[in-house]
Amino acid sequence: MNYEFLELTELRKLLDEKKVASVELTKYFLARVKEHDKKFNSFLTVCEKEALEQAKEADDYMASGGENPFLCGIPFAAKDLFCTKGVRTTAASKILDNYIPPYDSTVIRKLKEQKAVLIGKTNLDQFAHGSSGETSAYGPSKNPWDTTRMPGGSSSGSTSAVAAGLVPYALATETGGSIRFPASISGLTGWKPTYGRVSRYGVVAMGSSLDSPGVMSLSALDAAHLAEVMAGRDEMDSTTGPQPVEEYAKNLSANIKGLKIGIPKEYFIDGMEEGVKQKVTEAMKVLKGLGAELIDVSLPNTKYGSLVYAIICPSEVSSNLAKYDGIRYGHVTKDAKNLLEVYEKSRAEGFGDESKRRILTGTYVLSAGYYDAYYKKAQKVRGLIIREFAEIFKRVDVLLCPSNPGVAQKLGHAADDPLFGYIVDQLHIPSSLAGLPAIAFPCGFSRPVDGDTPSMDGLPVGIQVIGPQFGEQQVFNVAYAYQSVSDWHKKHPNI
Amino acid sequence: MLTREEVIKIAGLARIALTDTEVEKFQKEVSMVLEYVEELKSVDVTGLEEVAQVTGLVNVQREDKIVEPTDELREDILKNAPEIKDGYYKVKAIL
Repeated sequence: MNYEFLELTELRKLLDEKKVASVELTKYFLARVKEHDKKFNSFLTVCEKEALEQAKEADDYMASGGENPFLCGIPFAAKDLFCTKGVRTTAASKILDNYIPPYDSTVIRKLKEQKAVLIGKTNLDQFAHGSSGETSAYGPSKNPWDTTRMPGGSSSGSTSAVAAGLVPYALATETGGSIRFPASISGLTGWKPTYGRVSRYGVVAMGSSLDSPGVMSLSALDAAHLAEVMAGRDEMDSTTGPQPVEEYAKNLSANIKGLKIGIPKEYFIDGMEEGVKQKVTEAMKVLKGLGAELIDVSLPNTKYGSLVYAIICPSEVSSNLAKYDGIRYGHVTKDAKNLLEVYEKSRAEGFGDESKRRILTGTYVLSAGYYDAYYKKAQKVRGLIIREFAEIFKRVDVLLCPSNPGVAQKLGHAADDPLFGYIVDQLHIPSSLAGLPAIAFPCGFSRPVDGDTPSMDGLPVGIQVIGPQFGEQQVFNVAYAYQSVSDWHKKHPNI
Repeated sequence: MLTREEVIKIAGLARIALTDTEVEKFQKEVSMVLEYVEELKSVDVTGLEEVAQVTGLVNVQREDKIVEPTDELREDILKNAPEIKDGYYKVKAIL
């Protein structure tokens, strides 16, 4: 029996009916990682011993009778930004190469309480600084549809692992596109929660006013199930909202008759690949066919999103990364004469170029004399973007728009282009700045414009649904409705 | 473009030692980002407040109670330290 690419409800059923044990399932996915991951570089750490122990525990629990938690016994992977007690957590950086967290992040704790089985930690752009996966200090991950191409980032390893069927789902994080962009170019369903819906406690921080832990999954149904477990107020993260967590999966409804879906024209940007545009337009027709009302809308401040982000993100990065100083944990230089040199050299040796660039940019725009012109101004324009979304959501229930301007690009484009991420993520950044929930999901394939691909059908194209704050249910419903009449999310690469 | 001195100054503030080549590289690259955001200066934001918290939460508080760490936790934390002495972090002389 093959277990890869089975959705969570199917795995749950197999486990509940005792057709497979968690240990067997865990061994199966560990074997897949061992056999295939050399091609994809998805995993930075595989925790085989701990995983088999957790699986055994899950089996014992399931044997004891009673109802099993939904994720009990099912293997998963976590982006290596999630602190995992006793398991190395690197943020794909050299400065945290040897860091063993003494605690679990809240999301990991919640999954462990369900007796989910962590099989490993996945690759990413260093400190999540990037959109291609190429800024990792451990080499880039590869797109399973075409290993000469990027899976997208920053959640690159979570993406390639799920897309290749090495694990049923993986935790990911988004600050400005890091879930939706890779999901879109790799044929996956990625949920970016409302800011504060999922706790950031124990997740290595990037931009604290934006960071949203979410998932890379195989379907909207899977994402809704995971959201139920992950979401909720957390005393350890004071930005988590007090809103009750809905039963997203149970409440899923494919009936979107009469739903008002806004189509923002600004998201059909210049330079968007024709094939992508075509697939997105076809998906819109499908939703219209299901009875949704499509309404053309305009969000003119969209164009400022990436500019605002290019100030706010590095600012928050420069402040969040100040704590890596070679004193309490992480890399320390061997070559320092005094304390100042410990700081300066440990950080010089430990951070990659992209992180240094963001720290320096942030330090500059926050420094005396520039703060008002850059940071304060950006925070005000951010307010403008938030207000614009709020106005639109008085008229429509959700927004539907393209999620990737083009299909997966060849590796090697991004690493030295300081603006790469701000450009490819311009379709995600505005909603991220406004703290909105979104889901990206596959809607077809298109042929690349930069050379051929061995993938027969071309490369995945994604589409996204964006909702008002804490409107996850509506967002899940639209994706679920689409996936109940399409099977793009069931297409997987031959690896 | 940012001057050499400006990059050296911010690198000092950020506590990152840069080589000469890096100073030159970041002069160009940080300047590219600053140029990219230039357009923001012309956006009219009269009457707008800066936004730092997007979902509108205000003053979330909890009880200020001390939770004593266990010996095991203390040990796990200190295991990550590059250098310790008698249960303390060891750093270079400050004065």
